[in-house]
Amino acid sequence: MFYCVYSTFISTFYDLSKILGPPTSWFILSFPKMATPKKKKMPVQEEIQDVDNDSAMAVPSSAIPPPNISSIKNKMRRTHEFIKLKRQRRKKKELQKKRKRETEALGDEAPPKKVPKTIENMRVFDETMVDPQDEEVLHDEAHDEMASYFSRDTRPKVLITSSDRPRSTTTRFLKELGQCIPNSEIYYRRGLDIKKVITQALAKEFTDIIVINEDRRKPNGLLLCHLPDGPTAHFKISNVKLHDEIKRAPKSTEHYPEVILNNFNTRLGHTVGRMFAALFPHDPQFSGRQAVTFHNQRDFIFFRHHRYLFKNNKRVGLNELGPRFTLKLRSLQKGTFDSKFGEYEWVHKRHEMDTSRRKFFL
Amino acid sequence: MQHDDVIWSVINKGFCSFKVKTKSQKFCRNEYSLTGLCNRGSCPLANSQYATVREEKGVCFLYMKTIERAAFPGRLWEKVKLSRNYEKALQQISDNLIYWPYFIRQKCKQRFTKITQYLIRMRKLTLKRQKKLVPLSRKVEKRERRKEQKALVAAQVENAIEKELLERLKQGTYGDIYNISQTAFDKALEEEEVSSESEAEDEKEGELEEEMEEESEAEVEYVEDFEESDISDIEDGDKFAEESTDEEDKDEDGEKGKGKWKPGMRRKRGKVEIEYEEEREPAKRQTVRLQQ
Repeated sequence: MFYCVYSTFISTFYDLSKILGPPTSWFILSFPKMATPKKKKMPVQEEIQDVDNDSAMAVPSSAIPPPNISSIKNKMRRTHEFIKLKRQRRKKKELQKKRKRETEALGDEAPPKKVPKTIENMRVFDETMVDPQDEEVLHDEAHDEMASYFSRDTRPKVLITSSDRPRSTTTRFLKELGQCIPNSEIYYRRGLDIKKVITQALAKEFTDIIVINEDRRKPNGLLLCHLPDGPTAHFKISNVKLHDEIKRAPKSTEHYPEVILNNFNTRLGHTVGRMFAALFPHDPQFSGRQAVTFHNQRDFIFFRHHRYLFKNNKRVGLNELGPRFTLKLRSLQKGTFDSKFGEYEWVHKRHEMDTSRRKFFL
Repeated sequence: MQHDDVIWSVINKGFCSFKVKTKSQKFCRNEYSLTGLCNRGSCPLANSQYATVREEKGVCFLYMKTIERAAFPGRLWEKVKLSRNYEKALQQISDNLIYWPYFIRQKCKQRFTKITQYLIRMRKLTLKRQKKLVPLSRKVEKRERRKEQKALVAAQVENAIEKELLERLKQGTYGDIYNISQTAFDKALEEEEVSSESEAEDEKEGELEEEMEEESEAEVEYVEDFEESDISDIEDGDKFAEESTDEEDKDEDGEKGKGKWKPGMRRKRGKVEIEYEEEREPAKRQTVRLQQ
């Protein structure tokens, strides 16, 4: 019996060898994947650039960052990826060096350095861009609604209020705005019509009204109305960061801040810029070293509140205080708030105005 | 012929497409219903003599249905425009429904009253503030958020602010508050002779933080007598590499500013003492013999 079993075992063993082939192939069968390093497909790298490229150092349009090489667990694959990366970097460097050598070699004949295209460079020509010496503009601005502020006839007094039943974030935002803008008073809305608010404010000699609209527990709109009969601007607020949320932010003081208005270049931008300037008192107190900035970039107005420190002639240190938010102009209406019968100077119409990525209005 | 009872028994027990049943109530969805409830007396289908008051675009009408016209559904309802004056309209209802059952007359007047009240309220509300609900398109909002992020990156707000402030400083809008004279600063950089102005200015700048003063004092020092004892200092100084002034600014906490080492420059703080160890030959092994 035993012998029989033995012989059958041997026969099966030999049959297997016929099926599977010589021992080397068995080896491959058992470890199929280790033999060749698999090339892992990486998502599109930064080298490929889109047509509408942003500013040279900005985030590329395929902005999903490539996965970290160090997170690949397989050592062979990891080393391969690293080698690839190094090769790419070396190539880039060599290109740069080569270009540099060429320009140096040519000397004067060298072609001018190529300037990367940015959206700001490629901005569609706007005929309303203001030339600082334009007489017509100067004349208009001397006679517009904010002229009384700029000629120092009136001093700013701001009324800050919100929509009905503001939530905690909005109330905190109101308080911070009140701290940031000197000579401002915060009132709760309590269901009043804006037109009635305006009449009451006129009676109390306010020069500006700010109404913060709230949606889903967050401030989302700002209505800025310049008073005697000034224009009304409606903005969309986004990305609000309050004083408490900014890390290590010092407390602001009561000093009058300086106002910095950047990039308000068109006629519309000028009006809006002047409206912002009219919120703050004329003479900033330099001892307070506080600066409020409205920086316009691609129709987004970034509001920042800093305390600065001159370290020397060439260096300034900035410490961010107070709130930080972005505004986007939705409409500008002549006269005080009247949404039905008011005359709109400018309204953002998405289908007409958002057709080109390089066209801006402020 | 109109057999109201027959109709009612069929509708009530069978199926009526206008009937809405809830747990406690039966409602009638018929637009000509006088009360909105499903009752024998207020069913417009099961009553051949029926009247209602309805309003269209702010104008109230009295609708009447009579059995004579039951065969002509198109002409079934007679429409009478009610006057804008409340009392006159009530009188009109009474006149038109003279000899009609009391129930219908009463209900018509009640319905008319309610309609006028809500019309008044509507008119008042349109005069008050009206909240405009603006729908947000998700795609559009997403795109705008992305654009904002990119604009923020392109804006480099802090740099722009710093530039602006420095320009204002140059143009002299700050006047004499910041007495950082360009020349003294340059001299300190180029290792030239000490200017007495900087010392005087340091005293004036009470506002600026101590760090600034420390640095200026570290950069600009009176050169004292070059004594022999200072040689050790110089030796240490050779080890200090030349570093740019930018790094000076970064040394904030207590560390001495590593400016360019000048011979004879004394460190005011933190004397670093260096010990030198000399290599000695390893001591020879001495065998000690044990003597008895």
